[in-house]
Amino acid sequence: MFTFILRRLAVVIPTFLGITVLAFALIHLIPGDPVLVMVGERKLDPEFYKAAMTRLGLDQPLYLQYWHYLTGMLHGNLGESIVTHEPVLSEFLKLFPATLELSICAMIFATVFGLAAGVIAATRRGTVLDHGVMGAALTGYSMPIFWWGLILIIVFSVNLGWTPVSGRIDLEFDIAPRTGLMLIDTLLAHDLDAFKSAVMHLILPSIVLGTIPLAVIARMTRSAMLEVLREDYIRTARAKGLSPVRIVLVHALRNALMPVVTVIGLQVGTMLAGAVLTETIFSWPGIGKWLIDSISRRDYPVVQGGILLVATLIILVNLLVDVLYGVINPRIRHAR
Amino acid sequence: MADNTLPTPAYPSPLKEFWLSFKVNKGATVALVYFVLLVLAALLAPWIAPHAPAEQYRDALLSPPPWAGGNAWRFVLGTDEVGRDILSRLLHGARLSLMIGFTSVLLSLIPGVVLGLVAAFYPGKIGTAIMRLMDIMMALPSLLLAIAIVAVLGPGLGNTVLAIAIVGLPSYVRLARASAMTELNRDYVIASRLAGAGQLRLMFDTVLPNCMAPLIVQATLGFSSAILDAAALGFLGLGAPPPMPEWGTMLATARDYIQSAWWVVTMPGLAILITVLALNLMGDGLRDALDPKLKKG
Repeated sequence: MFTFILRRLAVVIPTFLGITVLAFALIHLIPGDPVLVMVGERKLDPEFYKAAMTRLGLDQPLYLQYWHYLTGMLHGNLGESIVTHEPVLSEFLKLFPATLELSICAMIFATVFGLAAGVIAATRRGTVLDHGVMGAALTGYSMPIFWWGLILIIVFSVNLGWTPVSGRIDLEFDIAPRTGLMLIDTLLAHDLDAFKSAVMHLILPSIVLGTIPLAVIARMTRSAMLEVLREDYIRTARAKGLSPVRIVLVHALRNALMPVVTVIGLQVGTMLAGAVLTETIFSWPGIGKWLIDSISRRDYPVVQGGILLVATLIILVNLLVDVLYGVINPRIRHAR
Repeated sequence: MADNTLPTPAYPSPLKEFWLSFKVNKGATVALVYFVLLVLAALLAPWIAPHAPAEQYRDALLSPPPWAGGNAWRFVLGTDEVGRDILSRLLHGARLSLMIGFTSVLLSLIPGVVLGLVAAFYPGKIGTAIMRLMDIMMALPSLLLAIAIVAVLGPGLGNTVLAIAIVGLPSYVRLARASAMTELNRDYVIASRLAGAGQLRLMFDTVLPNCMAPLIVQATLGFSSAILDAAALGFLGLGAPPPMPEWGTMLATARDYIQSAWWVVTMPGLAILITVLALNLMGDGLRDALDPKLKKG
């Protein structure tokens, strides 16, 4: 088991280093002089320019700059925002819970409905229901989610008035951030109305962000279930006279879950990319919106640090999925 | 000598054989018809569009479609906030989307195939280096990597195409390498090598034609994700700049009118969804027809 984890790590570390090179190169590839880009249109006196170059370490050779960048980063120093002058890492940590909360809710939505849709389609194979569910799944998979969000807002927020248009919670509530997760914070504050408001704010963004993972999970569940349902032990279970519900849910679904769990793990990247679009539509104060805002503000240290952090997060989650997969399935662990 | 050889059965031509197995999939066939019509519409846009895409009719701002309470049949899908005909803009937008998709697929397919073949033929240091680089590129989801690239290069149509092409590269490299590796051990490749074929000839003339099936399928799916990513970049204000009738860019400006004019929001999105869906259906059909091994149960 230990060597298995080591082997996975040996693959992950070069990838991580590559990402740091990419993030480092990012700021050096921007057309124009970084100091001039940072001060904008104002006139610069040469003294200040030189001082800025030295302060930012831009007068040193590239490999030294990269080395400083790498060592600084390993100490948690990712530079600071040009706009707010706050360290990039602390801005990230402040905004990350919002994205995490949204992603968890979206994933729960996608998993519950994706599994159900997949199981229903597999057990009704070839029927109108199966074709309908799979057609819907392919549509969901092809969905431009930024448009999907706008359509849901038009229907449910503008016309029906059921859900709010944007934000995490109504402005009248002032909830002290403790965990950063609004659902938990409102409960800790014993404020039920605020909790309800937070739930209402979460519904549409979760549906939007969960749509593509839902479609992927539904397709995967269906094909995994179809494979398992052909197995001999299912026929045995049927012959024993077990109820069809028990056969499908206990005997088949459990064994079909393996590939589905992997697919769920792989959706984390999709989630974070989708969060950029979803958060922009719903003005959700998370890292996706933060990244896009920093690009339009030309806040390059934030773009650089943010992308590095997001990539690291995805690498770590994929590593975790790999290791978990090895824990569940010894055949993977002992494969070369 | 009597001619005792059996008459060769009349095999259908490869193209016909492909068509016979493709048309079994009804969804894919419908999607193909849609796609052909879309390409025609895009090519003929300047002649079939009822209005010029940038023409502003100041007397008809945000005019609803006539079949939904509007009054002017000259704007079949309504007009936008400055009185431009949405149908005409969508038709011209089809040119942009198809152009972005086609160019970016070519720009990632060709270098991707070359790199993949090189990685397969030289599995030592060169191959490992190429594959490691691709692993790094795949660590970020495609849209995020495209956003990062556009953030560096600056927004615009050309940079959108370039970003999407770079993002698509790893999948072609992996696919080309994987299929070339399986072909390399086949007898016909060994025979060709023994007959003295050079490395380049082996790569592009002997091995590549036998790796085309998965690459064609991937190119179709790459086309659909290129259109989707380009629209997403346009929507975020990082893609084609606003006066252009790019579908995603149209949606970005339409956001302000979700309260008052649903058609401005609905139409461009429907165009994106139907096109992406059609390409995905075609991809499924192509996979089933070209590569029976991959056929799903």
